[in-house]
Amino acid sequence: MKTGIRLTAFFFSVLIATAVYAAEEPQIPHLDIGKGGQCVEDPQLMRKNHMLLLMHQRNETMYEGIHGKYSIVDCVNCHASTKTNSVLGSNEAFCQGCHVYAAVKLDCFECHSNKRSVTAEASK
Amino acid sequence: MKEANLDRRDFLTKSSVGLAGLAIAPGMLLFDLAHARDLAHAPVLNEPVSNKVRWGMLIDNNKCESGCTDCVTACNTENGLSGGTKPTDSQWIRKVQLKDTLTGHVSSLPMMCQHCEHPPCVDVCPTQASFKRADGIVLVDKHICIGCRYCIMACPYKARSFVHEVLTDQKPDVPRGKGTVEACTFCVQRVDKGETTACAEACTKAGHNAILFGDLNDPESDISKRIRTVASTQVRADLGLNTGIRYEGI
Repeated sequence: MKTGIRLTAFFFSVLIATAVYAAEEPQIPHLDIGKGGQCVEDPQLMRKNHMLLLMHQRNETMYEGIHGKYSIVDCVNCHASTKTNSVLGSNEAFCQGCHVYAAVKLDCFECHSNKRSVTAEASK
Repeated sequence: MKEANLDRRDFLTKSSVGLAGLAIAPGMLLFDLAHARDLAHAPVLNEPVSNKVRWGMLIDNNKCESGCTDCVTACNTENGLSGGTKPTDSQWIRKVQLKDTLTGHVSSLPMMCQHCEHPPCVDVCPTQASFKRADGIVLVDKHICIGCRYCIMACPYKARSFVHEVLTDQKPDVPRGKGTVEACTFCVQRVDKGETTACAEACTKAGHNAILFGDLNDPESDISKRIRTVASTQVRADLGLNTGIRYEGI
């Protein structure tokens, strides 16, 4: 009888441990990121602040003609999928993958090109 | 041996001139360098554009071939336009036929955004999306354009288009999108790199040389020299907009 209780307790503890382990497994999006690693800034900073950098850069580029470090074209050129040459199109794509995960609307590419530009390929 | 027998006065005069030269020369050199940097429009991609430059264009109507549409095609290719001519298609540059009803003389010319010094499209824009860059290029900030199309109404040159449909496969350097107004940008993406516009390049390539693009503020630029020597006019000069594009022979 005692063994039976012990066995049941063990069985439940294993179940709970598995459940906890599964819950702690981070469900981060698995991205096809083209070129990984550090580009213009530390990856963690980019994850958090890329939209601010892009917003700042867009105004400088448009009004002052400064083609600086945080160009959206360069983002796409580096991080577009190696298979499709695009940052959109699947939940593994660099931009779309993360934005779907975070449930944030992504409207850059209604106007901007989501494809790696030919010039960038040529310059590789 | 005259040099060896300089008297005291001679020696002082000559040496002081030399010394003055030495003293002035470095200053002159610095001035020249600073001045040269202003005048040479080397592509400086990380420096703000300045109003020392004013981009403009001179179009020679006599050299513009009637049937030729190379400038239009080049513009469409460069900027990713469909090339359609329906009322809902974007046209940044058009070939316009002119006929003198008295003489019957027919000529044609390209018509596009005239990049006015005092652009009416900028005046009427309710969101300040329509703006003039410091170097005289009139652009639309499509991030804040709400598509009201007041600027289309205000433009005396019918230069602006509205994007009616969802677009795909835009050029990386030329973002365009549904619900915004757009027009000739003087190929700003090329100008920022120190290149000329697509239409001017195509016209030269076709051998017509009817389009001359350059800096109106630089007295030594080809365009400034040309407008100094030949008569050129602005279209609807009576409006006092001081257009950046001038026509020769109309």
